[in-house]
Amino acid sequence: MPTKPEAPQTSPTSTDGLIDIEGLEVHFDLRGGTFKRLLGMDTGTVKAVDGVDISLRRGEVLGLVGESGSGKTTLGRAILGLVPSTKGSITYHEGRGRNGGDGVDRVVSELRGGDLRRLRTDLQMVFQDPHAALNPSMNIETAVGHPLKIHGIAKGAELKKLVAAALERVGLAPAEQFMSKFPPDLSGGQKQRAVIARAIILDPEVLVADEPVSMLDMSVRAKILQLMLDLKNDLGLTYVYITHDLASAKFFCDRVAIMYLGRIVEIGPTEEIFADPKHPYTKALLQAIPEPDPDKMVPRDLPRGEIPDAAQPPMGCSFHPRCPVAVAECGWETRDLRSLLEEHWLRQDPVVYEEEKELVGDLDVLDEPGKTVTLGKGQSSSRVKDLLDRIRAENADDPLWKGVESVEEAADGVRVTFHQGYDPLLRPSGGVEVACVLHPTAVTTEPSLPG
Amino acid sequence: MTIEETGPSPANTSSDLVLSVRDLRVWYGTERGAVRAVDGVSFDLRKGEILGLVGESGCGKSTLGRGLLGLLPTGAAIDGELSFLGEDLLAMPKKEMFAKRGVELGMIFQEPLTRLNPLMRISEHFSETLRQHEKGISKEEIERRSLEVLSVMGIPPTRFRSYPHEFSGGMRQRLMIALALVLRPAFVVADEPTTALDVLVEAQIIRILHDLRRDFETSLLLITHNLGIIAEACDRVAVMYAGEIVEIGDARDVFRDPQHPYTRELLRSTISLSTTGLNFIPGAPPDLVDPPPACRFHPRCPDAMNICATRHPVQRQMPSGSRAECWAADLRHGYADDLTDEDTRPLAREEISIADEA
Repeated sequence: MPTKPEAPQTSPTSTDGLIDIEGLEVHFDLRGGTFKRLLGMDTGTVKAVDGVDISLRRGEVLGLVGESGSGKTTLGRAILGLVPSTKGSITYHEGRGRNGGDGVDRVVSELRGGDLRRLRTDLQMVFQDPHAALNPSMNIETAVGHPLKIHGIAKGAELKKLVAAALERVGLAPAEQFMSKFPPDLSGGQKQRAVIARAIILDPEVLVADEPVSMLDMSVRAKILQLMLDLKNDLGLTYVYITHDLASAKFFCDRVAIMYLGRIVEIGPTEEIFADPKHPYTKALLQAIPEPDPDKMVPRDLPRGEIPDAAQPPMGCSFHPRCPVAVAECGWETRDLRSLLEEHWLRQDPVVYEEEKELVGDLDVLDEPGKTVTLGKGQSSSRVKDLLDRIRAENADDPLWKGVESVEEAADGVRVTFHQGYDPLLRPSGGVEVACVLHPTAVTTEPSLPG
Repeated sequence: MTIEETGPSPANTSSDLVLSVRDLRVWYGTERGAVRAVDGVSFDLRKGEILGLVGESGCGKSTLGRGLLGLLPTGAAIDGELSFLGEDLLAMPKKEMFAKRGVELGMIFQEPLTRLNPLMRISEHFSETLRQHEKGISKEEIERRSLEVLSVMGIPPTRFRSYPHEFSGGMRQRLMIALALVLRPAFVVADEPTTALDVLVEAQIIRILHDLRRDFETSLLLITHNLGIIAEACDRVAVMYAGEIVEIGDARDVFRDPQHPYTRELLRSTISLSTTGLNFIPGAPPDLVDPPPACRFHPRCPDAMNICATRHPVQRQMPSGSRAECWAADLRHGYADDLTDEDTRPLAREEISIADEA
């Protein structure tokens, strides 16, 4: 059982909030095999978004930044109601402050069918891959004008006029030259412009842009970002900018939320986050960006491994297995011990490896998340303990050992017990909010929860 | 790690020359005419050297990489000189070339999952590779050599009998690199090896590539569109535009003082952490069926002069250390004294509309 966070705190709703997200969870059930489904066994869930509180302010560019699998795209899609949320709420304050009125609140997470479709006149999306986002059998006029047709806003000459205006708005001028073209006739950048034209043709308030430039060449990216900035100023748009590229987020966003495994681990004004990153994950991301400067080298002590499986997230803080500065309270567990053993064997001679593996025994017992594990069943427990002590001495600085409470010989092997960890919540630290046990100050007294 | 000499001077280091390419051309036949994907490319690669090949999509960098390994599709023609460890690869019969690939010439692809057989264990991938090239190799030898290269890539021996789907994206790319290196080829082409990976994993893979020469004495051609990766991993860099190498030299020299306007503008348009304003190159890369005459970059070049549209520049050694083909750079360094005032007048051009750009 992963460690549970404390009861979620309700964030105060600010008056300039355009969209308020509270305690949002998007969990996907895994299908599993036929056998398991027939027996009604639990096949597990992927927690794509796992408790996110965030408020989108009118007129800002909010960046959702993270690696693939961090849940940033799912969160972006949930804002538009493109994926159903399993818990929590997304409230869109329609027209608040826009036409002087206070507007209507629409709870996206409860809308269905036609109501949900009508929401899209206000919330629109720009997709990552412009080659896939345009229907190859629709010419540009049909594709860009399609939203007008779907919502019954315009047809005939009126539709054509609006399409032409939208195309010229995004720089595809003269519009007549492009309207009859099909997607394969356009370059990548032109396609992305057409996708943006389709998104703005309904005069929306919010654009969710999911990696809008990552498929484009370097020399074109800047043009598309410039276009998006111009549109924002001219049309009064609010953006949610989803990206894995911190460099473009730094330039483009007013506020940045760094996501890791379905949670926000750090959020705050862009300048503060980039000038003084607090979460070890944010720090690592910033160091890992290859800069076009041969005098700057990416450091060698980068976090090991990769983003873990969201179906079985690590206990405690999700980032602890990769964290270079992790402490005893971060939620160390059996699976981390397996990684440590495997890393140790990387450096061993195959003969030594076979011997040691024999001694440790079945590694599968380490795959089940847990706080205690017994290794070396049926082996001489003193020899197993000697081996563990030797591995520990080899690299005593490994953060894992801070999390080990005891290694003791038991009747059926060697029992390794880990410290109780906990799952850090977002806490204010300076001008930002960070979910890390080390911020704002190292916390060791926080009540540990059952887990 | 071997310390490389700066500046290409192939004549006096011919002993450790791995690859020598002279005036290489690769054209594809299409209904509209020949696509000149690679058009007159020359460079050398020494032992243990990492050469970065950078350019926009469609500039011919992947075609060049495949052409070097003889992996071109039917319908493509290759011409020029291509010498690998003194042997002429273009004159070599197909069968001999086939035998060379894997053993002496390796390739690392972009999408590792599509290159691994989902029904074969990792151990089987290795034994297939090794058996193909070394008949009668023993089981113990296969395991020993596989585990050795896997451990350099950071893949623990406990995973040797796993299937590809049991690995994460970064691990799969490490597997691909391990498979390419298990036969210890002298030359490897890596085509966008980190494009599908996350930032942190990308940094890990760049490290591995950077250390290849130390661990395997391999020369590497690293194809990428990311200038940051070049700066991080490569000794030398070749900048490719519309089928031609417009600038080549020591990575530090090229980044510090780019000589060709295309290199300079490409660096300026890259969004990095130090970006404070957006820059971009006007226009789009040309159609390679009918590329612009003379210098191919002249329609987009902010420094273009009249001469640029009429005469093709020649590659020259620049004082900064790199070699570039550009009239404006020649003029700046006093190399082009035969140019008239008319030649050096800024080129009058129609404004490029945004529509043609993106």
